[in-house]
Amino acid sequence: MTTPANPTSVALWPKGNDYDLSREMGDLLVLTHIYTATLVLGVGALFGALQGFSRANWIVMPDWFDYYRMLTVHGVLMALVFTTFFITGLLTYATYRSIPRVRSTRLNYTGYGIMLIGTLMAALTILSGNASVLYTFYAPLKASPFFYFGATLLVAGTWLVAYDIIANVVWFKKHNPGRKIPLPAFAAVCTMIMWVIATLGVTAEMLILIPWSLGLTSGVDVSLTRMLFWYFGHPLVYFWIMGAYLIWYLVVPTAFGGTVFSDALTRLAFVSLLLLSTPVGIHHEYLDPGISPGWKFFHTILTYGVVVPSFMTAFAIFASFEIAARKKGVTGFLNIVRWLPWRDPAFAGPGLGMILFIFGGFGGIVNNSYSMDVLVHNTMWVVGHFHVTVGGPVALTFIGAAYRLVPALARRRLFAPQLALASEYLWFVGMLVMSFSMHWAGLLGAPRRTSDVSYFGAAGASTWHGQMVGAALGGSLIAIGVLLFVTVATATYFTNKRAEDNPELAFARVDDEAAPVPPILDKLGTWAAVAIVLAFVAYAGPLAQQLNAHAYLAPGMRTW
Amino acid sequence: MHVHRYERIWLSLGLVMLAIFIATLSVAALSEGFVPPSGDQTIDPTKVSQTPPFDHPGLRKVGDHAYEAYYVAHIFSFDPATITVPVGSRVTFYVTSSDVEHGFSIPATGVNMMVTPGWVNSLSHTFKETGTFLLVCNEYCGLGHQTMAAKVVVQ
Repeated sequence: MTTPANPTSVALWPKGNDYDLSREMGDLLVLTHIYTATLVLGVGALFGALQGFSRANWIVMPDWFDYYRMLTVHGVLMALVFTTFFITGLLTYATYRSIPRVRSTRLNYTGYGIMLIGTLMAALTILSGNASVLYTFYAPLKASPFFYFGATLLVAGTWLVAYDIIANVVWFKKHNPGRKIPLPAFAAVCTMIMWVIATLGVTAEMLILIPWSLGLTSGVDVSLTRMLFWYFGHPLVYFWIMGAYLIWYLVVPTAFGGTVFSDALTRLAFVSLLLLSTPVGIHHEYLDPGISPGWKFFHTILTYGVVVPSFMTAFAIFASFEIAARKKGVTGFLNIVRWLPWRDPAFAGPGLGMILFIFGGFGGIVNNSYSMDVLVHNTMWVVGHFHVTVGGPVALTFIGAAYRLVPALARRRLFAPQLALASEYLWFVGMLVMSFSMHWAGLLGAPRRTSDVSYFGAAGASTWHGQMVGAALGGSLIAIGVLLFVTVATATYFTNKRAEDNPELAFARVDDEAAPVPPILDKLGTWAAVAIVLAFVAYAGPLAQQLNAHAYLAPGMRTW
Repeated sequence: MHVHRYERIWLSLGLVMLAIFIATLSVAALSEGFVPPSGDQTIDPTKVSQTPPFDHPGLRKVGDHAYEAYYVAHIFSFDPATITVPVGSRVTFYVTSSDVEHGFSIPATGVNMMVTPGWVNSLSHTFKETGTFLLVCNEYCGLGHQTMAAKVVVQ
């Protein structure tokens, strides 16, 4: 048995067969979430590569499986399904491991099952050609009701997982009065509270779209559904980032014998993200009619607020590198960077992801400044931006963590560690090439979301094709990386030798255990209330504006 | 709460950066009047072809080097398909959709806005160089989306 993450909870660590059995059940549950995410990433990457080839005019998609159908599959699988399954698994793991107890996994499994049914329902509807509406499903494009039902079930399943995580933390608080929540569970529950608040937006949107798609209502208020989507759409991004941060703060230091820089500051970063995730969604709608410039400006300012947790995180990560390096006698920036375990797949993934995140942060500042956003909005720049964020730091971090998690949960040795490492470097280089090409294409004005940028040879479009070829080359490297990742994970899970030494994805110890955590930081109920108030303040005005405008309803349409 | 001295300095740098971003945008918004296109006029998307001025989309001269251009976006084209203006003209674009969500973008000029059914969106731009500009739909609108384009000729 390993040492629990938070030494203060040692007293809780139960012993005996009941606990071991419960722990094994929990591990299998987490492995199910993580391995599902792995397979989804594989399928999503295949469609991603085909998209790149298609845009570079290397291939032409056949009529029976057109570009936009493929684009919808890729977007939905990557943005909504892969990330969600991985994060529900990761947060469950963080909670179960840091709050050891005998527990039932039934509720969480039910959540997983509902997510899976929803995913299959939505995916099959898209593949059959009845929902080529892309992952944003902007009305009045009208998909088959099965698409909206499927997406709703995916979200509903995550709520059961959220309930399980929150219930475990509530149980901990009840049985440990006066003790702070173990740090991994704190990060997990913070992320889930944020997610529940955010998904209320898309749920409200579904309450409009489902009756409409069934023919029970005749039209939709298009701008209202767009606002509800982006109320959810931006926190969705921070949901990914919070999952990656959990690994950066609490897992990455274990790769080089380091510690968590500060317990209190880690909590503060997660609380800041909980507060700043939702009240910023309108920055996706700067160029929309029906929202006054004042509210757009308000959301801009709150969006910039994310500078604070980002700077804190950058500091904490580097501090954790430096403290561990100095203990080994390594000093100087370049020496420390070189000293880091770049050949350990569990470090290389997150480490390379951190490098990509520097570009992601820079691009984000541009997108959020609406005077610059007008130049890049809906161009390939934006596609480059989210590939160098969710497709860079987030996905690489998850892949790196999976190389620890899958062996730990399946109790097997990692299959071919060299291939594992290769998958990450291929992804990294491929992503650099692809996102650079995409950003550049965007600056030249190439629009996103089109199957072809030639515009019948129009002069204004003549400079775009070269960048599309660059993106396709980069995309090919990424696709090979993903293929290696799926192979390694699958071979580890199903065929490789049992590990005798019980590999483990452990959480790092906290460096400053002596420094007290201000009790206010642990009051998650209060922070949840503040987050809801902030979301209300940011959206009550714009929503009232939309509803008062008596916008006309638009009838649904199938234009594909 | 204990915060390391270096971290205080680092976070202060972050806050200063934040202040600069916000100040820059405020100056642009207040002194130069730069605001994003935020049309607040509604229109029945099913009756666009009967609603003036969109019943006759096209270019209107409203003053010396000043024009208004009324566009209807629909799958998969813009109406009018071509407009021609003299160099140095300030054109105010008004655009609405008679079906689904579209985009209205003249790449690399700063003319870029969403076209939402039920709303009229607008922005102004001064064309300082001659040439034929490509106007594209930059929001996915259906199977023929990649063909949805028009021309702005500046002479």
